[in-house]
Amino acid sequence: MKCLVTGGNVKVLGKAVHSLSRIGDELYLEPLEDGLSLRTVNSSRSAYACFLFAPLFFQQYQVATSNQDPVRCKILMKSFLSVFRSLVMLEKTVEKCCITLHGRSSRLVVQLHCKYGVRKIHNLSFQDCESLQAVFDPASCHHVLRAPAKVLGEAVQPFPLALAEVTLGITRGRRVILRSYQEDEAADSTIRAMVTEMSIGEEDFQQLQAQEGVAITFCLKELRGLLSFAESANLSLSIHFDEPGRPAIFTVEDSLLDGHFVLATLLEPDPQSQGLGSPQPHMPGPPLQASSTPPLDDFANDDMDSYMIAMETTVGIEGSRTLPSLSPGLRAPCSPGSNSEDDDNKDDPSTVPGTPPPKKFRSLFFGSILAPDHSPQGPSPVLAEDSEGEG
Amino acid sequence: MPLLTQQIQAEDSYSLVASLDNVRNLSTILKAIHFQDHATCFATKNGIKVTVEKAKCVQANAFIQAGIFQEFVVREESLTFRINLTVLLDCLSIFGSSPTPGTLTALRMCYQGYGYPLMLFLEEGGVVTVCKINTQEPEETLDFDFCSTNVINKIILQSEGLREAFSELDMTSEVLQITMSPDKPYFRLSTFGNAGSAHLDYPKDSDLMEAFHCNQTQVNRYKISLLKPSTKALVLSCKVSIRTDNRGFLSLQYMIRNEDGQISFVEYYCCPDEEVPESES
Repeated sequence: MKCLVTGGNVKVLGKAVHSLSRIGDELYLEPLEDGLSLRTVNSSRSAYACFLFAPLFFQQYQVATSNQDPVRCKILMKSFLSVFRSLVMLEKTVEKCCITLHGRSSRLVVQLHCKYGVRKIHNLSFQDCESLQAVFDPASCHHVLRAPAKVLGEAVQPFPLALAEVTLGITRGRRVILRSYQEDEAADSTIRAMVTEMSIGEEDFQQLQAQEGVAITFCLKELRGLLSFAESANLSLSIHFDEPGRPAIFTVEDSLLDGHFVLATLLEPDPQSQGLGSPQPHMPGPPLQASSTPPLDDFANDDMDSYMIAMETTVGIEGSRTLPSLSPGLRAPCSPGSNSEDDDNKDDPSTVPGTPPPKKFRSLFFGSILAPDHSPQGPSPVLAEDSEGEG
Repeated sequence: MPLLTQQIQAEDSYSLVASLDNVRNLSTILKAIHFQDHATCFATKNGIKVTVEKAKCVQANAFIQAGIFQEFVVREESLTFRINLTVLLDCLSIFGSSPTPGTLTALRMCYQGYGYPLMLFLEEGGVVTVCKINTQEPEETLDFDFCSTNVINKIILQSEGLREAFSELDMTSEVLQITMSPDKPYFRLSTFGNAGSAHLDYPKDSDLMEAFHCNQTQVNRYKISLLKPSTKALVLSCKVSIRTDNRGFLSLQYMIRNEDGQISFVEYYCCPDEEVPESES
């Protein structure tokens, strides 16, 4: 494999590597007929990212230079990133970047031709690997949002860097809302002292194909990477998503490249807490309603998982049907009261001290491979590791 | 300023008196060699040399010539004392280390001689701070015996070209290998880290190259941990001279221009790590 990148495209490539480095520790590099693919997956397999650079992106693009060359390789993200670490340097001094995969010396060689005739040669060791594939299909997602990356980038900017997850939803008046997501555990702590919410009007979107009331919660850190890439390339970002718990697909595209980030979304409230009817004001659905949206039937219907779960664990179906969209007060009839909620909160940390709360993220690959009717069978909080075994 | 005049009256008793309108002209240079807590200072009528060493393998010297100071008096042949450089730098930047436009911190430095503390009078906007830093028994410094007649290869580069290379050195590599050669690759910096190797080549006709005098191919390795601190000097400098002698010892001389356009030098000496066969690239 040999490819030559010149001019401003070196920085684009560098930016892409930077955004991939937010996700995984290993980079899968695969020269394909339709372009060079760079992929990564995070350690818990809840996020996957891939960039495909079309042959036209390169000054020169050769898939195979000799028969001995490996078809693809896996390298440490850190070492590849170190080649492109300084974006300012890439922009100012690098004129050409040549990437070759040498089968004979088992090295991925990245040569940077810089100003003043300076040449940097990185010989990176790599591992053979299988092709990394995630199963996802943006076309199967019901909801699509598309906006210039700048709009979304600015919307994401006020969120604290330490914030793990963010909830994206559509509220009444078809405004798109981004809101910091808080764990149950944080319910009575000072962390809850601040909730950041950004609201973007429909007019800022190039496409907004989603019903009011839908909401998903996903990791912000990983999205930031793609956003900064898309912003620098002045591209639009599309968000394809479905019901909570199903992966959300973030895509950027232009004639020379496309990028896909697939992020797991948070599953709806777990059956335990729903059964007890403890208020979950910070769950993806309710906070949006608390702010502006009245309970919606179609929102409840979207949420098949929790609907099914609720049927199993609560006495009255009537109550559970509307559960996801209920405000705490309405739920009171089937709840033992607010005292029990306090008990719950105290119990959790005491039984498993020091352990992080179980994340309700589902491994997106295996989750997405499963037929839709499998989903209700996994009502318990699913850790990504568990589902990895499944697949 | 009654405080200052009082001190000046007793001035005859000082072996060293130096004053400076802008303390940053001194502190900047000292920061370039600040990779150990303690430094040895030598003062003669020509100026002050401050030496820092580490692991008996690397030595950094900062030369602050008398001309940098507005007043510089040494009443003895030479003076030597050891001082805590960290404390000295803290004192020199007691009015803040980043420059505020329009305000300069002036310095008056006095030393009475062996056994006495180093006195610093710092003044900014009419506020005077007096610091007394205890001096210590001077230790013998290393003599690298680096003699210009033994120099085999010498390159002068614009620092700009090396700055980024040094800041991005692969620190998982134990050594930095420097190749200097009259033939290709002329001047090469190599690291051998966990992720693989990296080479940085500078052609001899590069615009960054101010001078290129290489007589013989030399490949030497230096502990990267020992060379890394020289980045501090590199960042401040405008030019760097890289020399190796017949034993493979390395001399890095940095030309640093201060805020008033005056030039000072910082020099690093480092001994090579081990012998490497010349065939290795």
